[in-house]
Amino acid sequence: MDAKIYQNKKFIIFFLIPAFLFMFVFLYYPFVRNILNSFQNIKYMASPSGEWHVPVYENYEKILHDQKMGIAMKNTGIMIVATIIGEVGIAIVLALLVSNIKRGAGFFRVTFFFPIVISATALGLLFNLIFLYDKGMINQILQFIGYLDAGSNELIDWKDPAHAMVTMLIPVIWQYVGFYFVILLTGISGISEEYYEAASLDGATKFQQSWYITLPLIRNSISTCVILAVTGALKVFDLPWTMLVNGMSGTWLTGTYMYSKVQNDVDYASAIAVVIVILGVVLSGIVNRLFRSNSDYEG
Amino acid sequence: MKGKTIKTSTVIIYLILSLWSLTTIFPLVWSVMNSFKDKKAIYNNSFSLPLGDLFSLDNYRNIFANYDILKAYRNSFIISGTVAVVVVLFAGMAAYIMTRYRFTGKKILNTLLYAGMMFPIYSTIIPVIRMQSKWGIVNTEHVGLNLLSVILPQIAGNMSFAIIVLSSYIEGIPMELEEAAYMEGCGMVQTYFKVVMPLTKPSFVTVAIFSFLWSYNDLFTQMFFLRTKDNWAITILLNNIASKEGVNYGALFGSVTMIVVPVLLVYLLLQKYIIKGMTAGAVKG
Repeated sequence: MDAKIYQNKKFIIFFLIPAFLFMFVFLYYPFVRNILNSFQNIKYMASPSGEWHVPVYENYEKILHDQKMGIAMKNTGIMIVATIIGEVGIAIVLALLVSNIKRGAGFFRVTFFFPIVISATALGLLFNLIFLYDKGMINQILQFIGYLDAGSNELIDWKDPAHAMVTMLIPVIWQYVGFYFVILLTGISGISEEYYEAASLDGATKFQQSWYITLPLIRNSISTCVILAVTGALKVFDLPWTMLVNGMSGTWLTGTYMYSKVQNDVDYASAIAVVIVILGVVLSGIVNRLFRSNSDYEG
Repeated sequence: MKGKTIKTSTVIIYLILSLWSLTTIFPLVWSVMNSFKDKKAIYNNSFSLPLGDLFSLDNYRNIFANYDILKAYRNSFIISGTVAVVVVLFAGMAAYIMTRYRFTGKKILNTLLYAGMMFPIYSTIIPVIRMQSKWGIVNTEHVGLNLLSVILPQIAGNMSFAIIVLSSYIEGIPMELEEAAYMEGCGMVQTYFKVVMPLTKPSFVTVAIFSFLWSYNDLFTQMFFLRTKDNWAITILLNNIASKEGVNYGALFGSVTMIVVPVLLVYLLLQKYIIKGMTAGAVKG
């Protein structure tokens, strides 16, 4: 660290300033400002920050009694559970399967990862067409396999209150499976071959090897995935917004609800944003603790 | 006996994996197919290939007549290209100092870096809009200024992640090379640009691609700052087509196809860098 060439520190500030200036002006300052705003009166985006609320926590009290916010919190909770089980769960299965094959792993990597590079907006549109009421892909397939009666053109409205949540969750889960798949596969590729050789000498089947060797050894990768899934679930916006505008059929999420308040109730939107941050910090803390307390052995 | 059981399980494994591949490939193929059909054909034959009578270019004619796709591409490339270049340049410089020098306040900067990754865009966007409005760069008549109002917060949004990823790569190069450069009389600036940067080039490419894609796909920021037609970038254009063309399925298939296919081609060309770039934070950090 303290090599001779790095003793002269006169000019390092010029290398640090550009990056940190950007972050101070557009991240740290707005972050603090946003917390303050949530206690003040600001009707429209252009209005100056008004007086402090009386009581100062007025917005947070309002959040507690806001029914739509309650729906948004519940849905976000569902989203978090669904992403952990769906995204990370499916990714674990797929990664274990790919680690057991010799050919074609590269192909699966590329095709599984592909949805992540597509904008969620485009995917939202695509899934709108897939879940379309009349002649959508899903309804056509269901008629074809006989689940829906084709003769009377029986159809399912995938965006009605009974189905809307599932319709929103499926594309979100589907898009990110590949992401966690790659992270887990990288973890698996780091495991030494010797473990498997020893196990197969002892007569362990491939399945047993995956279960007793691979899974415990990628524990850290799994915990990384779960944390990313939780924080990711709190940020989801584009896909739900493109598919179910304005919380259609009771599908508000904390993010989309916050956006809907930005136009005419700025300080309330700020308070919702603060709640989103707190949820993120608390939840990733919990996940971290859950995984750490059980990991007495490390790969 | 044993050989046979292995074979069946292998077949099942390939079957499951192929099924998941099908879910990622087929919707896109379906969309491309239908983009070349008129309304009636989409309605009656959405699963057949657009051949013979079914083939039609009407959707594309319609889109090009009503929307300025090329301008949206241009705007997107200006925004995301600038974001990627600035992020890589500034993040690289900061990462170099953070990994190689010891100085007072380094711990605080490190904490700030990790905190910066935790801030969701929701928690900063309102003050940023208000601040930039005061500066007079939001909703102006100049396209350049409006694009700038998207570029600036996006640069900041990618910076901490980029610094953390680049630091981990710079840490990995042997310091002897930098010492040799020092002996030759290189100063800090020269050592960085002539030794450190060339040695970690792939990681810079990786981070640049990540920043570009993130910015290109980010609808949330674009919704606030690109409100009129002339300023639309690809993602917001698509969102507006979606709300305007509600039941014109042909136009929807066409625009999805036009937006996804270029990204797909770039992805296939650069998949190694892209996959590495998008998972770098999780795998390295």
